[in-house]
Order: sequence, then C-alpha cells, then structure tokens
Amino acid sequence: MQPLLTIQGPEAALFWFLAPLAVAAALGMLLVKKAVHSALLLAWVMITLAIFYIAQDAVFLGVVQVIVYTGAVMMLFLFILMLVGVDSSDSLTETITGLRPIAITAAVGFGGLLVSLLGRATLGREPIGLEIANTAGNVQGLAELLFSKYVWPFEVVSALLITAALGAMVLAHHQRTNPRPTQREQAISRFRSGSLAGAAGLPGPGVFARHNAVDVPALLPDGTPAPTSISATLKARGDVLDSGQFQLDNVDTTVVEEK
Amino acid sequence: MKNASLLLDDPGWIITLKALIVFIVCVVLTIMSVWGERRIVARMQMRVGPNRVGKFGLIQALADGVKLALKEDLIPAAADKVVFIIAPIISATAAFMAFAVMPLTGPVNFFGEETVMQLTDLPVGVLYVLAIASVGVYGIVLAGWSSGSTYPLLGGLRSSAQVISYEIAMGLSLVAVFIYSGSMSTSAIVQAQQETWWYGLVLFPSFVIYAISMVGETNRAPFDLAEAEGELVGGFHTEYSSLKFALFFLAEYVNIIAVSALATTLFLGGYHAIPGLGFTEQWLGGWFTLIWFFIKVLFFFFIFVWLRGTLPRLRYDQFMQFGWKVLIPVSLFWILVVATLRVISTTGQSRVVTFGFASVVVLVVLGISTAFENSKNKRTSAVHPEPVAPDFAVPSLPSEIRTINVSQQGGNRG
Repeated sequence: MQPLLTIQGPEAALFWFLAPLAVAAALGMLLVKKAVHSALLLAWVMITLAIFYIAQDAVFLGVVQVIVYTGAVMMLFLFILMLVGVDSSDSLTETITGLRPIAITAAVGFGGLLVSLLGRATLGREPIGLEIANTAGNVQGLAELLFSKYVWPFEVVSALLITAALGAMVLAHHQRTNPRPTQREQAISRFRSGSLAGAAGLPGPGVFARHNAVDVPALLPDGTPAPTSISATLKARGDVLDSGQFQLDNVDTTVVEEK
Repeated sequence: MKNASLLLDDPGWIITLKALIVFIVCVVLTIMSVWGERRIVARMQMRVGPNRVGKFGLIQALADGVKLALKEDLIPAAADKVVFIIAPIISATAAFMAFAVMPLTGPVNFFGEETVMQLTDLPVGVLYVLAIASVGVYGIVLAGWSSGSTYPLLGGLRSSAQVISYEIAMGLSLVAVFIYSGSMSTSAIVQAQQETWWYGLVLFPSFVIYAISMVGETNRAPFDLAEAEGELVGGFHTEYSSLKFALFFLAEYVNIIAVSALATTLFLGGYHAIPGLGFTEQWLGGWFTLIWFFIKVLFFFFIFVWLRGTLPRLRYDQFMQFGWKVLIPVSLFWILVVATLRVISTTGQSRVVTFGFASVVVLVVLGISTAFENSKNKRTSAVHPEPVAPDFAVPSLPSEIRTINVSQQGGNRG
C-alpha cells in the first residue's frame, strides 16, 4: 500500500490545523439551533475549503469559491434570514411522523456512498496531471477547457441559471395597479388636499427640555397635547403616556437657577 | 512574471517583516487619514478643524484612539454575545488582508535582499481582493444582526444588499482590465500598464464605474446608507463602544486605503511614476516608487473626502436603482465593446474594421441616450401637466431669477 497523499511540511500543518476545524464547523452547522449561526458555520466551512483549494494549486477555484459562495450566496442567505426574523430558531417538533429516522438514514447512506466512491477512486493512487493542467497557468488552463471542450455544458448551465433567476423574478413580481407617486407628487397632493394642517409634516412627539420620548405627545403652544404627534402604532398598542404630567401648569417652575 | 520570481526567494524573516510593515503602514495611514479627513472637510466647511493636540493637531486622531480604547465596553443584554464580539474582528482582519497583494514598490534592496514590497503575488490577486472584501462585509452584517436591536439590523440589511449589488458592478468593471492586460495578478497589471498607457485613460468607463462602486463598497458618503446617522442612529455600529467600535473605525479607513490602492494599481499605473517623470523611479535605490504609490493613493483618499464634503446621501431606492439599472448594464455593454476591440486588435484586422466598429458603438450609445431622453421628457410632461390658471388672484412670477453672489456679500462677516 502506497502512502495516501504525499503532503509534507507547511501543507500538512495547514491540513491538520484546518481540517478538524472544518469538520467541527460542519457538525456544528447541523446541531446549532439558530439559523444565522448555522449559516455562519457553513460560511466558515466554505472558506476553509477555499483555503484547501488554494493550497492544492487551484488558486482560481479557491478565490471564486469565496467570492461566489461565501460573498454572494451566503450573504443572500443571511439577508433572507434577517428578513424572516432575528430570533427565529428551528422548531424541533416533527411535522411528519417518522421524518427524523428517514432523514438520518438517507443522510448516512448518501455520506457513506460518497465516501466509499471517492475513496475507491483516490485512495492508494498517486494524483497525476496537475503540472500538465497548470502549464499555461491555472486560470488560462481552466479558461481553455471551459471555452473549448466544455463550452456546450457551460452555456447550458448558464441558460438554466438565467431561466431560474427569471422564473424567481416572475413568481415574486407583483404588478402595481396604479403608478407609485413620486415625492414631488406627494408634496403637491398634500397642499391640494382639504386642509393645510399636515402640509408641513406632522409635529414630532415629545416636549422639548422636559420629555422627548416617542410615547409622549407634543404640547401645542397653548399647553394642550397634540394627538397627531404620536405614531398610530403606539396608539393602537396603548403605549402612550399621558402628557398631562408634563403640562406647563403642573410643572414646578419655581426652581431657582444656580448662578 | 518578474515580481513573482523576486518574491519566491524571499527568506522567512523578510516575509514576516513585510507583513509587519504592511500592518504598521495601514494603522499609521488610518490615524493620519482621520486627521487629514477632518482637516480637509473642515476647510471645505469653512472651519479650522482639529488644531490643538500636537503640531497642526497631528496627533488628535491618536488621542481619540486612546480615548476610545479607555471607554467602557458595553454588550447589550439582547445581543448574541459570540457573534457580537466576532463581528468587528472579522471586519478589521479582512480589511488588512486585502493589502497582501498590493505591489507598493518596484524592485528594491531590502536589508541586502533584492525584492519588491509586496507580501505575495497571486496569479488571481485582484480576485483575491474582491473575495476578502466580500468576507469583510460579514463583519458589518453580523454586527447589525447580533446587536439585537432595530436600527443596527436595518443597517446590516442595507449593507448586505448594497454590497451584493455594488460588488457585481465592481467585478464587471475589472473584467475590462483583465481582458486588456491578459492577467489577474496585480503586479502583471502594473507591468502591462507600463508597456501601454494607464488603464484609467484607455479604459476610462471602467475606471469611472470602479471609482463609483468603490465608494459604495466602503460604505462612504454619499453611499453610507448602512450607517446613515439621520435615519438609523449609527446603523450597524449603534450598539458598539470602546475597542470594538474602534475596530470598525479602523476597518473603514483601512478599507478606503485598500480600495484606493487597488484603483491605483489597476488604473493609475501602480507604483510607477507619472509618464515623463520615469527617471525618478531610480531615486533612493528604487524606494521613490513607494512615494509615487502613496501620492496616488492619497489622491484617491482626497476624492473620498471631497465626495463626503460635497454630496448629500442618496435615498436607498435611488441608490439601488443606480446600481442595478445603470452601473451593471453599462459595464456589461462596455465589456462587450472592449472584448470586441481586443479581438479585432489581436487578430490583426485593418484600421477600417476598428473605426467601423467604434462608430457603430458611438451610434448605438447616441441612439440609446436619445431614446431615453425622449421617453423621460414624455413621462415628465405626462406626470406634471401644465397647471391651469387658478380662478383666484395670484402674484405674477418674477420675470427673471435673481442670483446672489454669496462670496461677495458675505465678505465682511464677523
């Protein structure tokens, strides 16, 4: 039996340092509860894989992996996760009975299949052909193959991806029934509506120098609270403080200023 | 590749020393550029700026840094603690890493070793910078998420959307450079520009697109929507204080220097002197190229400050529309043109073909712009019809708008 792979020196050190971290992160990705943590660990696995690619002279692949997967795809993932909810954790209740054993069996089976196939293909064999493939440079070699031998699959895949992107856009798109008013039109319509009361914008909440929280109505010049200064959402929730306690009549104004 | 072979026989201690120098240069540049920015912006706003600490206020930024480090470090109760601590570290680390592939000088004598001031020379160096930049954004996005409060989350969301969109435009603007230089390595691109002209002139549209998207990429005014003070308090770093905030601060400025350095390398001839002053490159045993490099980088930095002092912040939807509907289509069209021109020139076609193609391109651009202008006119006239004369008395409009010369009228103030 030959030695598995002839890696020595720095590359071996790199491997034994990063590989356990990558495996730990991959397991963690399955086991943590928060979706964002999962996504982060996945990003970490991708970056370690990219470092391995670079260490094995596939520089372009490594860098593109970081740009495309870590930089764009995972970032979109995070974007969606944040939109869905900051604190959303996975629910661990089974919605379909027996789903968990089926999933575990399938995952172990698939993993075993991959390991055995890849193992049979690579273990005990010396890797060959790297120098020949990289003679003109890594990028040039890849480009040569992509745009000559594999140009047809390449184009088919890109057509598929474009179709998928367009399909997603069509599914997510909704037609506005009326054109969206511009800022200018909104300003004009404010002035042309029945009253000019709100034309300059509604008053902000809070009382200057006394209380400036959003749940306190502003005081009008005559000392009465201005109901329009409070957000409708706060009002609906009932989270509005009584501004009476901040009214000028009730405030002790006899404080002597320190000189 | 001359640089790569020069770098190959570097002993370990030189590599370590270079890494240390890159780090120190970045930190010192950050401190100096904070001072520089405050002074320049102050000038633009008719103020004096910091002038108390040290000569000309030179160590004001250092004093601020020390103050920042001594502040109380708060972690909000609702924060996701681990991610909250990791986020600024990611941001700052990524910012420094981008500098590894920048060629700062030509061949120089470095403690008896013939080498170049460049940490490493990857064949895909420019893509490496893009990759590192996209990792750095994780810091911002995660900071926004992990703070556990609304404004940072909005800032993080904006930042992730912004970076995805502007990274596409940035990547596309670099494609033209790759096509022309035939390489993705920073040092080879510098070399290729020495043989022709600066790509800032040859590929002017790419240069403009890169310059716009680099401002978007670094979250600087007028594209600083992720930390818009007027809308989001402090954006993604609202909940941060003390050293963690200082790390974000550091990352922002190192990023600015890094994208400026990349712009210098790709479009302004890197460390080479401006055409006509080539003899200066031999001064100080080749070290004068370092000065040329930093002159160009500081030029870009000045542009950043100038933009901040001049332009108001864009509205978020306008910003997105500009990225997706203007920058990306324009870069795609430009790549098409560049690629065709490149094929024409490498296959040795006659001048007639080149000029024919160029005139077709010009005609297409003119046609598109005319059609666009027409439809815009039509739309605006449809949306805002001429107001009908009201049936009550209105004052007549002034026949001509009077302009007031502010600089003369305000001359004897104060």
